[in-house]
Amino acid sequence: MQDTSFELGGIKFHSRLIVGTGKYRDFAETKAAVEASGAEIVTVAVRRVNITDRGKENLLDYLDPKRYQILPNTAGCFTADEAIRTCRLAREVGVGELVKLEVIGDNRTLFPDVAATIEAARVLVKEGFKVMPYVTDDPVTCLRLQEIGCVAVMPLAAPIGSGLGIRNPYNLAIIIEQAKVPVIVDAGVGTASDAAEAMEFGCDGVLMNTAIAGAKDPIAMARAMKLAVEAGRLAYRAGRIERKLYATASSPLSGLIG
Amino acid sequence: MLDSIATSITLNGDPYPLDRDTALTALLERLNMRRGRVAVEINHEIVPKARYDETMVRAGDHVEIINFVGGG
Repeated sequence: MQDTSFELGGIKFHSRLIVGTGKYRDFAETKAAVEASGAEIVTVAVRRVNITDRGKENLLDYLDPKRYQILPNTAGCFTADEAIRTCRLAREVGVGELVKLEVIGDNRTLFPDVAATIEAARVLVKEGFKVMPYVTDDPVTCLRLQEIGCVAVMPLAAPIGSGLGIRNPYNLAIIIEQAKVPVIVDAGVGTASDAAEAMEFGCDGVLMNTAIAGAKDPIAMARAMKLAVEAGRLAYRAGRIERKLYATASSPLSGLIG
Repeated sequence: MLDSIATSITLNGDPYPLDRDTALTALLERLNMRRGRVAVEINHEIVPKARYDETMVRAGDHVEIINFVGGG
């Protein structure tokens, strides 16, 4: 069963799993986990270079930008201006126009500041960025971001790093139904079944970091997530059976032994 | 004291000594940084990579050098 391609800002991908690179023990583990996940897109954060420890290796030495689409994020930004500045700097490193826009509104929940996210998205789209915004699971906000020209919308399943899974499947269903751009569940996935569930709903992709990096065995969990996203996608396309209240026998009722 | 102010820049938020005007390329080399791995702002303006050779860093400049780190 040939799948349709997964396209973001004109770039085609095979894998529908996007993985973060934070919280790993070291770059070697990051690399091994990314490889096991089969992801083609990896998120990274933009930070000041460490001047005093400058012999240090660089993340991109482990994740070759020729092999992976690097997706810089604006994590840690609390205003539209900070997020815009971060994206401009990220683009200047030279890994393309795709950016994960996140403008945080509250430190404890890490929920997005929706107004600031929309404001930043508007500016960034005009400047030629291919914007993938992390947003609340709100259908109207997702519509606005789509109208502005974002190349995807990325509603959260649950708070970042919470592992609570999909808290609002009905909103997600509405977002998917009205979307003309890919819908990627970003944040809140705890285990493989959460990722599969998102894909079964009809999401185009899933983005996660903590669920893999924080697992007891991150490499094994990376593989589990790869399989879950593939299985969920295939089940969605295969078309699940209707839910029924009563049983229907699987074995023929004729020819029963006297 | 005045001398030290006159001959330093602010690099990623901290004072950094700079004897004389220095090309950005030379500063990056001194810091052991590869241009393909970083982006630079001087006084809040991004410096395009093509202009690293001709861009001079001068005393009192505010220089930000960023790179990518692990993140979600």
